[in-house]
Amino acid sequence: MTFLETLLAHSPALVIATPLLSAFLVPLVGRISPRIRDIFALVMLGVTGCFIGLLASDVLSHGSRVYVFGAKNLSVPLVRILFEVDSMGMFMAIITVMLAGIAVIYSWSFLQKQDGLDKYYTLLLLVTTSALGMELTGDIFNFFVFLEISCIASCALIAFWVEEGEALEAAFKYIVVSSIGALFVLFAIGLLYAQYNALNIATLAHLLQFSFLDKIILVLLLVSLGMKAGLAPMHMWIPDSYGRTPPSIVLLIMSATLASFYGILRVIFTMYGNVLTTPLRFSLPAHLIIGWILIALAIVSILIGVIMALIQTDLLRLIAYAAVAEIGYMFLAIGTSIAALGTTYATVALQGGVLHILNDAIDIGLLFLVAGAIYFVAKKRSLDDISGLARNMKYTTVFFIIGLLAVAGMPPLNGFTSKFLIYESVYQVNPILSIIALLGSILLLAVFIKVFYAAFLGPELPELKDVKEAPRSMLLAMGFLAALAVCIGLFPNIFLDALVKPAATALLDHAQYINMVVGGL
Amino acid sequence: MSEMTKIVKTTANILFPFTMIFGLYVIAHGHLTPGGGFQGGAIVVSGCALLLVAYGSSWVFDRIKDKRLAAFESLGAIGFITIAFLGLMFSAVFFGNFLAGSGSLFGTTPATGSTLADFNTGGVLPLMNFAVGVKVIAGLFVIVLVMAYASSTKEWG
Repeated sequence: MTFLETLLAHSPALVIATPLLSAFLVPLVGRISPRIRDIFALVMLGVTGCFIGLLASDVLSHGSRVYVFGAKNLSVPLVRILFEVDSMGMFMAIITVMLAGIAVIYSWSFLQKQDGLDKYYTLLLLVTTSALGMELTGDIFNFFVFLEISCIASCALIAFWVEEGEALEAAFKYIVVSSIGALFVLFAIGLLYAQYNALNIATLAHLLQFSFLDKIILVLLLVSLGMKAGLAPMHMWIPDSYGRTPPSIVLLIMSATLASFYGILRVIFTMYGNVLTTPLRFSLPAHLIIGWILIALAIVSILIGVIMALIQTDLLRLIAYAAVAEIGYMFLAIGTSIAALGTTYATVALQGGVLHILNDAIDIGLLFLVAGAIYFVAKKRSLDDISGLARNMKYTTVFFIIGLLAVAGMPPLNGFTSKFLIYESVYQVNPILSIIALLGSILLLAVFIKVFYAAFLGPELPELKDVKEAPRSMLLAMGFLAALAVCIGLFPNIFLDALVKPAATALLDHAQYINMVVGGL
Repeated sequence: MSEMTKIVKTTANILFPFTMIFGLYVIAHGHLTPGGGFQGGAIVVSGCALLLVAYGSSWVFDRIKDKRLAAFESLGAIGFITIAFLGLMFSAVFFGNFLAGSGSLFGTTPATGSTLADFNTGGVLPLMNFAVGVKVIAGLFVIVLVMAYASSTKEWG
């Protein structure tokens, strides 16, 4: 085996181990010089990105792979911790590492004058590790462990501006919500282990009978992971924690949120993939009921998100509500895909949902970074106190326009591609749903036009007369996201064919996922 | 926390070495007896907390640098992952136990049947216990120190 092949064979472990190792190296490097520490964090994320790239190119061309920890091969009984890497997991890992890298670049300038940055970078890398672990693991208990790491590390990060009381309150709310969620997950895992004597996702999927307990487990997992993902009735922690932290941290919490969303996809499509067509009450198949429940919650998410965003005056909080609406779109897509399982537009809906994960990360991330830049130069949160910033911040204004058009799903940008796939497929299920989805987008556009007018246009305020353009590293971070938004908007086919379609196929093909582990014995 | 009477200090002086030895014993014998790095580390820190109670927080703050403790905490975690990487290097398995059965450090194969515990077994497990022990001692001690610091500032008002 050549060096590259060895590296490739171990890359699933290295993807997790590299950020974990560097998380603990950061405080030591920080004792040498803060400047070196900042660069070190980015370089290590770059190395992780290289491993992910290597793994992704192999997974996309040669199919998924299984990595066994602590042994060379799989053996009976399946007590080993497995990593099962497929194109869906790789797609999520790429998003996670991209968000983390951008957060590091952005925080170079944004958090320059703060202290406690050693711990900040440690926690940042730990959240990245946990999100990557949740996305690559093939073991449900291991998934829970990474979920806990992400809860604790994100909670500490949310409390970063601890001298503001609200940040502490938001962190407390987050830790309460996510610990309850994590305990639900643990309870569900306990029930699964008691029934099937296995913790491996593929083995569980193979053995699952859809007994009464299995239905309870499904509900527990959906509720707890939905809570972490910010689905409507459990979304209340999102505005607090997104609105009270530095925007670079929001990107990381968002990656943890998206990893929980990925967990829902994995549970429904893979773990319950075999039993989705079982008839439940009134001889309705299970997938129809689950799908419609998710669609209903998604519609509530979209409406609550946009309507609450309309009345906010705090810019960061406003974008947080828009993020809730965007999460609603993702759930609408997968709900449609589950409800219409087996039809062609189910696949289209799933592709739309999967692409929307990437677009949500880019659009909402970009808007948060712009809001952070405004906060950085003007030191104000409320829209009532800022006005006429476009005079001095021309790049930031352009990035905000790109972000607002993208999040509202306007044609030349990335939001349009995924939202169009979603409208198109949702229309087949029920036209009213697509009307509501369109209405949500229009309201989002209205919200952000209002923000644009209030913050960037209008009269120049005397106290904001000599604001400067945001520092270079922040512009670089925003520029990267904006460029990506334009690229995906202009050439959606490249991204769809290369990343999204394989990911959606991998999700729908649960038999292959199960076979990778169970079939090899 | 303020300093306590001579009786408490003398008792703490006598108990402290025993607590340390017991804690280090639990860490070192993690692969043979119940316990391990985390439990042993917690015992060691309970000994340190004893000193904190008996001698008062300002006495301890003069002797301990929290930055050094933070560095030790990182070193413990790094040691753990480094051993995992060494497993990848020497036995081609991440977290692989490359020392077990090698005859060298911690490499004896344990005898089967009812025998006395052989300390020189377990491969990388004792090393990992040491790493976890260092991390837990440093981490928990920092937590105890922070709590003592918070309570002492409250006292001074």
